[in-house]
Amino acid sequence: MIHPIPPGTRDVLPDEMRELRALSDGLRAEFERAGYGEVWTPTMEYEDVLRRGDERAAGAGYRLFDEHGQVLALRADSTIPIARLVAARYQDAEPPLRFCYFAHAYREVHRGSAQAREFLQGGIELIGPSAPEGDAEVVALVSSALEEAGLRRHRIGLGDASLYRTLLADYGVPEDERLPLLERLSRRDLVGVGVSVERLGLPAAARDVLTTLPALRGGPEVLERVSDSHVAGAIENLRATHDLLAERGIGDRVIFDLGLVRELGYYTGAVFEVYDPAVGFALGGGGRYDDLLGRFGRPLPACGVALDMQRVHLAQAAEERLAREEAPA
Amino acid sequence: MNGLTIAVPRGALFTETLDLLDRLGVDTAEVRSNDRRLVFPEAGLVTMRPSDVPTYVEHGAADIGITGKDVLLEQDEREVYELLDLGYGSCRMVVAEPEGESAIEESIRRLGAVRIATKYPRIATRHFSDTGRQAEIVEVKGSVEIAPLTGLVAAIVDLTATGKTLVENRLVEREEIVVCSARLVANPVAHKLKAAAIDDLVARIRSLDGALA
Repeated sequence: MIHPIPPGTRDVLPDEMRELRALSDGLRAEFERAGYGEVWTPTMEYEDVLRRGDERAAGAGYRLFDEHGQVLALRADSTIPIARLVAARYQDAEPPLRFCYFAHAYREVHRGSAQAREFLQGGIELIGPSAPEGDAEVVALVSSALEEAGLRRHRIGLGDASLYRTLLADYGVPEDERLPLLERLSRRDLVGVGVSVERLGLPAAARDVLTTLPALRGGPEVLERVSDSHVAGAIENLRATHDLLAERGIGDRVIFDLGLVRELGYYTGAVFEVYDPAVGFALGGGGRYDDLLGRFGRPLPACGVALDMQRVHLAQAAEERLAREEAPA
Repeated sequence: MNGLTIAVPRGALFTETLDLLDRLGVDTAEVRSNDRRLVFPEAGLVTMRPSDVPTYVEHGAADIGITGKDVLLEQDEREVYELLDLGYGSCRMVVAEPEGESAIEESIRRLGAVRIATKYPRIATRHFSDTGRQAEIVEVKGSVEIAPLTGLVAAIVDLTATGKTLVENRLVEREEIVVCSARLVANPVAHKLKAAAIDDLVARIRSLDGALA
């Protein structure tokens, strides 16, 4: 008799578990060495608390009532819970604060796709340091941890969540037109972006920037191609982050991606995405969220990255297989 | 092509897609002459049903692909980047029903909802909900034109290029939902890691005379 489990969840048997455990132990050791102590927060939080961090509760998909009728939600990421934790438990602590976590998160799944309903995230949060130093520290640590895990060819996409939003505001695009445009951009529906921008009736120069920016990606040379003064600060920050990473010898891990917009609403500056050429989807991502901790009463700049551990494991296995094939018999 | 693997849709968009690839300098002779073979690694091509293109591209089994906007709208959860409107393969998604007095309005007025058959349940559901009407969507896999003629439903939502099939089945178009054409889509990771190759391809397509609508 076989009893089902919900689609998007999984059982893990010993062979896979040993590998997953070895992978997370390796990452944890790397994070701990860099001063990121591990924390654990509840799987479920008050829904109000998650909503304080992000109006969509970071995309929480499961809600339940406790014995007093309070609405609880299964966390959809660990960043909001850690922001809550910092405000509650480190009220007077001197920044910087560094934390890492390995925790399951929960999201709803869409029909017919292989998305996970329950997934293990491994991540870091750096609270206190501003951009660009903080951004560079987080990217560098994730990169060295992935290198350690055998992802020799990984790359980090680097963009800025405020870039497009700032441009839309400065070009005087009406508020109600901005959200649908950003939503199209986050899906990289470049055809749709082009059509919507065309309809706005902007001057040719502005139209040009809005349609070409989402396709700008590559090395530091792409930053030269943005001359608009409104976003000079964001571009300068990306350049400075790259310089700091180049000093650490990992400048060529970075792919600038000026159309990168992460879905979550709390990002205020740099946004990251992690890739490996062996797999067709991002392994994780993160960014800078300078306003989030303030919503919980401890205004501090912060940034972090979360990796999807199962996807990292997939990439690790693919890289190992490639290495075996390349090695002389 | 530039070391990229391209998902090519068989079916209505097949010939025009191969014509486009020819103009870009890809040798499609083997693809044209052999309709049993599906994978052509020497040309970097994989052929498949148009509705499978987003799946292969999303998972990175193909770096880029060509498929209809109708497919992308129906599978809107797929994480693929839509880079270009290629202009060809233009057709319209419409609501159609048998000739004569409209059964759609009467059905909604007297029965509260209208039954609609379609191969595109998501597009149909979204259209009726966006226009504030209740609809009961019946998904069919084959010729949707026969659904209203047999009494299964009152109307259909389907794709039409020339309108000929509708006329032959004595159906009339009542509403246009959206105009669809062929789109170039890319895998999100390939879009970054193979940025130069993809940008080069996009630039070359853009520079072709009359390739874009």
